[in-house]
Amino acid sequence: MGIPYLISIVIFLPLLGAVATMLARSDNTVRYAALITTTVTFLLSLLLWIDFDVATAAELQLRDGPFLLISETLDVKYDVGIDGLSLLLVLLTTLLGPIVVLSSWTYIGKHVKAYYTLLLILQTGMTGVFCAFDMLLFYIFFELTLIPMYFLIGIWGGEDRIYAAVKFVIFTLVGSLLMLVALLYLGFAAGDAVNNGVFTTDYFKLLEFNVPLGTQSWLFILFAFAFAIKVPMFPLHTWLPDAHVQAPTGGSVILAGVLLKMGTYGLVRFCLPFFPNAAYEYAVLFAVLAVIGIVYGALVSRAQPDAKKLVAYSSVSHLGFVVLGIFAFTIESMQGAMIQMINHGLSTGALFLIVGMLYERRHTRLMGDFGGIARTVPVLTFFMVLTALASAGLPGLNGFVGEFLILVGAFSSDTVGMPLLIALATTGVILAAVYLLWMLYRTFFGPITNAENREMADLNLREVVVLTPLAVLMVIMGVMPQPFLALSEPATTKLLATINTKRITALEDAERAEPATAPLVIDDEEFTTEPFETAPGVFVRRSVSSSARETGLPGFTEKVYRGVPSPSMGEGQGEADPRPAQRMKAVFPPNPLPPGERGQTARLRLRPDRTPAALRPHASSSHP
Amino acid sequence: MNTDLLVRLILLLPLAGAVFNGILPLFLKGMRKNEWMLGGIGTAVVAVPFVLALLLFMQGFDEAYVASYYTWMAAGDLSVSFAYRVDHLSLIMTLIVTGVGALIHLYSIGYMHGDRSFWKFFSYLNLFIFMMLNLVLADNLLVLFLGWEGVGLCSYLLIGFWYEDLKNSAAANKAFIVNRVGDFAFLMAMFILFKELGSLDFDALMAGTAQMSAGTINWVVLLLFIGATGKSAQIPLFIWLPDAMAGPTPVSALIHAATMVTSGLYLLARLSPLVLASPVIMGVIAVVGALTAIMAATIAITQNDIKRVLAYSTVSQLGYMFMAAGVGAFFVAIFHVFTHAFFKACLFLGSGSVIHGMHEVEHELHEKGHDAHLDPQDMRTMGGLRKYMPKTSWTYFFATLAIAGIPGMSGFFSKDEILFKAFEYGYDGHFYAWFVWIIGLVTALLTAFYMMRSYMLTFEGKERWPMAPEVKPRESPWTITVPLIVLAFFSIFAGFLGLPKLAETIGLGSWIHGYLAGHDGHTGPVAEAAIEGHVGVGLEIFLIVLGMAIAVVGVVWTRGFYRKHDLAGDERVQKRFGKLYGWWQGKYFWDEFYDKTVVRPVIGGAEKALAPFDQKIVDGLVNALARAMTGTSGLLRRLQTGVVQNYAMAIVLGVVVIIALMLFG
Repeated sequence: MGIPYLISIVIFLPLLGAVATMLARSDNTVRYAALITTTVTFLLSLLLWIDFDVATAAELQLRDGPFLLISETLDVKYDVGIDGLSLLLVLLTTLLGPIVVLSSWTYIGKHVKAYYTLLLILQTGMTGVFCAFDMLLFYIFFELTLIPMYFLIGIWGGEDRIYAAVKFVIFTLVGSLLMLVALLYLGFAAGDAVNNGVFTTDYFKLLEFNVPLGTQSWLFILFAFAFAIKVPMFPLHTWLPDAHVQAPTGGSVILAGVLLKMGTYGLVRFCLPFFPNAAYEYAVLFAVLAVIGIVYGALVSRAQPDAKKLVAYSSVSHLGFVVLGIFAFTIESMQGAMIQMINHGLSTGALFLIVGMLYERRHTRLMGDFGGIARTVPVLTFFMVLTALASAGLPGLNGFVGEFLILVGAFSSDTVGMPLLIALATTGVILAAVYLLWMLYRTFFGPITNAENREMADLNLREVVVLTPLAVLMVIMGVMPQPFLALSEPATTKLLATINTKRITALEDAERAEPATAPLVIDDEEFTTEPFETAPGVFVRRSVSSSARETGLPGFTEKVYRGVPSPSMGEGQGEADPRPAQRMKAVFPPNPLPPGERGQTARLRLRPDRTPAALRPHASSSHP
Repeated sequence: MNTDLLVRLILLLPLAGAVFNGILPLFLKGMRKNEWMLGGIGTAVVAVPFVLALLLFMQGFDEAYVASYYTWMAAGDLSVSFAYRVDHLSLIMTLIVTGVGALIHLYSIGYMHGDRSFWKFFSYLNLFIFMMLNLVLADNLLVLFLGWEGVGLCSYLLIGFWYEDLKNSAAANKAFIVNRVGDFAFLMAMFILFKELGSLDFDALMAGTAQMSAGTINWVVLLLFIGATGKSAQIPLFIWLPDAMAGPTPVSALIHAATMVTSGLYLLARLSPLVLASPVIMGVIAVVGALTAIMAATIAITQNDIKRVLAYSTVSQLGYMFMAAGVGAFFVAIFHVFTHAFFKACLFLGSGSVIHGMHEVEHELHEKGHDAHLDPQDMRTMGGLRKYMPKTSWTYFFATLAIAGIPGMSGFFSKDEILFKAFEYGYDGHFYAWFVWIIGLVTALLTAFYMMRSYMLTFEGKERWPMAPEVKPRESPWTITVPLIVLAFFSIFAGFLGLPKLAETIGLGSWIHGYLAGHDGHTGPVAEAAIEGHVGVGLEIFLIVLGMAIAVVGVVWTRGFYRKHDLAGDERVQKRFGKLYGWWQGKYFWDEFYDKTVVRPVIGGAEKALAPFDQKIVDGLVNALARAMTGTSGLLRRLQTGVVQNYAMAIVLGVVVIIALMLFG
């Protein structure tokens, strides 16, 4: 079904709803207006899914724009659309919309109108973040989420709400302002390089632009810093527990479910492809911080007496997995990271919802105040146990798929595949069981010691309706994740290919700039080596020209072959590649085999800086 | 019916049962009372798959058949399908799981009668069968892992079934977390295998064994073995199993004796070619198995809780199975899994029947106005039950003879074969196998002792509960005794499927060997170690007689000993072994050791060091930084009291300024 401007409708319909709620007279009208708006938005977003062509999921689809916003002298556009990286996140956002509205139905007693208005504005901001293909537009949406969240925490939050809200804003603002500086620089630099000198924030133009090696590092740091705060990565996470504990349930659900994903999404969408060399360079640092986050978050989580704080710290641990997956640069782990973002949104969202439901009944979140309530609230317990198991990564539920793909991919990664590091990350699987089962133990099992808990009401229909879609999705994405994985695989594959190509090109450019490594003209071949294996299944024969030997300048031609080595490997058996060794491109071809037959193919993870020193004519000259 | 459909039904029926029994009564309270419907459906969805598995069994499957349904997850080079493998090994395991499982379901209808969560119990049991079938039928490591963790989950749910007692919940947590430690190793093994071979399918793993370096294979096998020690309760991860007895007794029989705990063995047998490629780790497996066997047997001697005796006995018997795996005799390990499933399930269900009877005694005492507290699991308050519970008593007796290895009973064939294989492997030049063999012999004697002790203290001698002759326990209903009789029957006769090699001299072969390891030039699913130096017939006869003598002497002597001394027998044993007995009684202090070295440092560290560190140092630094920037904080203080519009206006102004700068700057 081709509804025109569908994507823009999905983004801005909540904003329109916000106008409606502002004009509404009674609290109930406000609630229903918000519910209808978010539900319709969700249904429309399902159309996005239907219209989305999985075969070309790597490409931008259903695009609205680009529409020039200001003037010809400033290449800033309204440009929205979706591709495989963003579709699932958009769907997650729109799904959580009505769930959050419903869950706040009785929870929010004061300033109902303002609450729902802000909620709807927030949704527009979040959806926009995942759809924007212009960096400035992205930035505006990114900041747009800040204001409503600030008020959600600051007005409807707990006792320390002001402290938590201000902390949340300062943290995010510090990061995003630095990112803005970097963005402006990038826009001008890219404008000079690929846009006839006109400042540009067009995503594709920025993508086209190869940032010089020297600049990449600090631009990467500025961008990654902003996103790392948002994720949040250790040690920048301390705003999160405060914000979560103080925020009302709906705020927590959105915060954990969507806002944190803006950080990891930003890393994937911008940091990696814009600054691939820097990303590789800092991969180990980020992976180590991510693994610290996994273990540290889990342990601190276990130490919390407050159920909500426990869940908050568990986010630090879970998002650590996502970041690890991102910086492993393998398709498996990148796919794992993509699906883990969704999984975390579902299961942690549900955990916050359930903790909120407990809070609404007993006005406490301290686990010690509960105990044995499995008996009084069996339905709530059912949902809690299911969600906790999903969150703990039990196979058959969604969490496992993401964690397994991330870890299995990271283990065979060239950048972060250090066995000890991955082993440490895998202990997160044990620790997740430790803190989640502890919560169940303290809260739900044992004898009822507090008389108030005896009277607790089980879930009502509204609450069951709120939790059921999440629970169903946890199961479906656990046993049938493939339809979801398939949505993003072409996009992640292409992303990794782009990163690699750009990375190699940047290295080449850097080398070209050095006179000592000027390419040689080779007129005759005097010496040819036997085929070397440079990566599993990739062989190289190296020829040295006589002129090179005479002048003493390093110069080689190389022929690259794929397949089984044979001494007679020669013409016709592989494509000859006459480039000097350091210019060999790493190849990330999309896997041509159908999924069932994969795993038989040779792995092509060729990286020039990993080729044996003997094959590198001037190993020391080019690599930073 | 075609195989794909049969396998689908075998798997999905128990799942459907779990959903039906679990979800519907959760919302429809009226259904919860209908025990016969819930229990009947719960039992049928396991019994029907048993019949279907029999159909498959009769079709042969000399060649493995793979039923592949759909892709579970694929990314990059990884592609994992829901694929199930029907071959001799998986069939025999399926038959055990569904056969013994169905009997235990039937038993549970009587045993769980009147429990307020009857429905939940059957839901969990059905879910367990589903997960266990995934484990044994899987065609790749990841689906196996799904079952592996799934049975762990069911074990957790069922140990903590009576969650109102916090002790049970604690035991459940311990079981799950300790198992997760093993699962961690399992995951690491999968990572290595995927990195090396790019696949997790069994066929690819078998084909790829040759490609991997010896070091890699050692790591993989070691990690898989650590995973197996978790699930199959071996040193160092066995500590959860005795505590798991907190669950209802049918659970102990089904999960913690007959099926789930054998899955570690199954894993090693399934990957036997890989394990055989790592002789070093095989030695580790055998020695760990032997040490576990003797350690658990010595602990079992000192226990008074009837279920705990059986729990440690299970750990010990699992040790035997690992001995077999460690000397390359995987088919014998599976054979012992098979016989053990019958006699251990029979023993556990028998103990359940006793506990059921003693519960009623306690109940009756209370009704008569006595405030007598009675632990219905403590053998010290039992005695003389044979008179009151004849069927339970006889079945328990035969199962005891079977596990003790009395000639002709099933345990004799499987255990003696393990000892013989260990001896033979030592004879072949692997001297650690002789160490294992000697420990196996000693453990056999201990087994005869502690099992006969439990029989004698429970069923013979004086009646020791309060007001003994007036208040009488009664025999359990038929849903309980019928499974006992069936299981006792197989405990006696199942052993004839695996006759010793000696029988070849009279023209009879070991059926189980041919079935699992292959015969007539056809290879079975389970590999075995190549043996050069074969043991002669004379020596074999000697070994068999030795095994027989140990069992018979053990049983007869113990019977006389406890007949004479009754409970006082324990004191004599204690006096005889002195300090050693203290170690046994203290269970070698493993729990205390882990508590001191792992649990308390980690949890205490998290609570006392990390959480404050996060608050004071990490967060404190940030706050200090914020305070340092007084200008910023002053600005923000004003913002707090601000109005929405002002704030929004500020942002808009900011954006305008930036754009202006960009335009004209």
